[in-house]
Amino acid sequence: MACEDACADKWGFPHTEVHELSCQKNTVVQQWGDTYVPRLCMHCENPACASVCPVGALHKTAEGPVVYDESKCIGCRYCMQACPFQVPKYQWNNPDPKVTKCNMCYERIEVGRQPACVEVCPAQARVFGYRDDLIEAADKKIKENPGTYVQHVFGETEVGGTSTMYLAGIDFAKLGFKSDLPKTALPQYTWNIMSKIPDYFVWGTTLMTGFWWLTNRKKKVADYEAKLKRDGSNGNGKDEKEEDFGE
Amino acid sequence: MADWFRHMTIWRAVFLTLVLAGLYSTIVRFAFGLGAATNLSDKFPWGLWIGFDVLCGVGLAAGGFVVAAAVYVFHLDDYKVLIRPAVLTAFLGYVLVVFALLFDLGRPWNIWHPLVMWNPHSVMFEVAWCVMLYTTVLALEFSPIVLEKFKLEKAQRAVHAMIIPLVILGVMLSTLHQSSLGSLYLITPEKTYPLWYSGNLPFLFFLSAVSVGPAMVIIESYLSSRAFHREIELPVLSRLGKVSVVGLAVYLVLKAEDIANYNLVPYLLTFNLEGILYWAEIIFGAFVPVILLTIPQVRTSKRGLFISSIMIATGFVLNRMDVSITALEPYYGAHYFPSWMEISITLMIVAVGFGAFAWAAKNLAVFPKEKKSTAHAENYEVVLVNAPVRDISAFVESDAKN
Repeated sequence: MACEDACADKWGFPHTEVHELSCQKNTVVQQWGDTYVPRLCMHCENPACASVCPVGALHKTAEGPVVYDESKCIGCRYCMQACPFQVPKYQWNNPDPKVTKCNMCYERIEVGRQPACVEVCPAQARVFGYRDDLIEAADKKIKENPGTYVQHVFGETEVGGTSTMYLAGIDFAKLGFKSDLPKTALPQYTWNIMSKIPDYFVWGTTLMTGFWWLTNRKKKVADYEAKLKRDGSNGNGKDEKEEDFGE
Repeated sequence: MADWFRHMTIWRAVFLTLVLAGLYSTIVRFAFGLGAATNLSDKFPWGLWIGFDVLCGVGLAAGGFVVAAAVYVFHLDDYKVLIRPAVLTAFLGYVLVVFALLFDLGRPWNIWHPLVMWNPHSVMFEVAWCVMLYTTVLALEFSPIVLEKFKLEKAQRAVHAMIIPLVILGVMLSTLHQSSLGSLYLITPEKTYPLWYSGNLPFLFFLSAVSVGPAMVIIESYLSSRAFHREIELPVLSRLGKVSVVGLAVYLVLKAEDIANYNLVPYLLTFNLEGILYWAEIIFGAFVPVILLTIPQVRTSKRGLFISSIMIATGFVLNRMDVSITALEPYYGAHYFPSWMEISITLMIVAVGFGAFAWAAKNLAVFPKEKKSTAHAENYEVVLVNAPVRDISAFVESDAKN
């Protein structure tokens, strides 16, 4: 596959006949029946990997690619755990391991070129462009060629939308795509909770301090009352020390 | 040190074996990478070290903040005797969690990065900060025991002066990260087996931590009393058991709510591995101990308390392993089981934890030396029956004086 090889060359990976994403394959082409299916990072609009990364080693660029900064990475692998497409891979046998994934050839895009896999594709099965334009073109293709395509652009709405999108002739579920993905961007599930933390901290601390003040006062009053009682009944303060309540 | 080797007991031999095996695995892990030492893979990136060492380690250490809150914030003075063992466990627990993380992180030399590289959207970022701050708080909460050993009175007074703000900060941080460990799994709704996915994960994690913390204090007290004949008054522990009851009761209510919210009935009636583990967790880890601890005869007996607490702790560990491993296996299509090297490193860390606790219990004033339980004696005759002989003599003496 031209695209696989172009990608491998760019990253310095070996050319192999293994068509599974790995730490030496950032894009592959798989055969599902009669259909060839390219796999690569989906470059989500609101990427789970970037939202979970504790050090911001992954981020969504303005141009669209989700890129990885290995110098920040601590190797927690939460990105792998969170990715709904299981894209990030790991150099398990490297004592100084990095996460590997497609970066949409960000360094090429920045200078006005196309991603290597797109540029090299002889069939123009991979197309590169602005997201809105691509969706428009896809819709047009679906409309103008009735019966050729499934009525769905995979990636338009999945997990809040992705920057890699697919048109297909048969049901996406039959091509190894997840059909049960939520339409909500996954980071929303955690943000619902995370966004409440500052409030929680303020109110929680206030409440705790309040409890401390209340119980402290209650204790002081009780101690004082006990002391009064003692003084009243005994008439001398000699026993006081032995029955001291502490603080 | 030479003495230590000369008086080799079975437990010292076990300790030594575990540490040596762990050290071997440590070398393999750092020389050849995670792949050489673990069964982790692209298909299953988080395993035993996250599931047990981190999730369980942090949870089992929750007794520290529960007891500190009870004593300092709520002025429940009876619990004062528990402060030291609870804070010691928590401190050791957190230090060991950070130690374990050094194995799991692919690039542990970058562990300090969250200090300067921020991502406030990340649950992991928040957990990292909380654990960092809370470990510092625990070190300060624990410091009086060390300071008094070396008679550093000025420093002792300084810590004493800031103890209330410290404890409140500790409670806030604990609430946050105990629950956030559950929030870690909020982002994988499509990957998690339905029995363990819930929007309430943070609350479930918090409640189970609040319940297992006291259980751990009870377990330690029981074991320490057998090993060092230093123990905590049973009435105090009995009352502490009630904290677990309340925590687990609310936990069970939330779990029941999940059954309705996520239509879990079909999954509950499917007796596959997931179903069986779920039931085991709920029944033996929560339901039965709640029932047991509400029975006064059980709660006021040493053994009853101990057994109930063991059940709570086991159920807790099972729950964390289920959420972090069992629940994700079907989706990934991975059959993860930790390698012997992963297990040996975990065991080494546990052994170091036990060793450190035993050393501290022996050499620092962690447990009260003698009991002065006269005030409660009439209500809890069990105390006297089970008390070691010399404690009874102490009791009789003090009684005679009065």
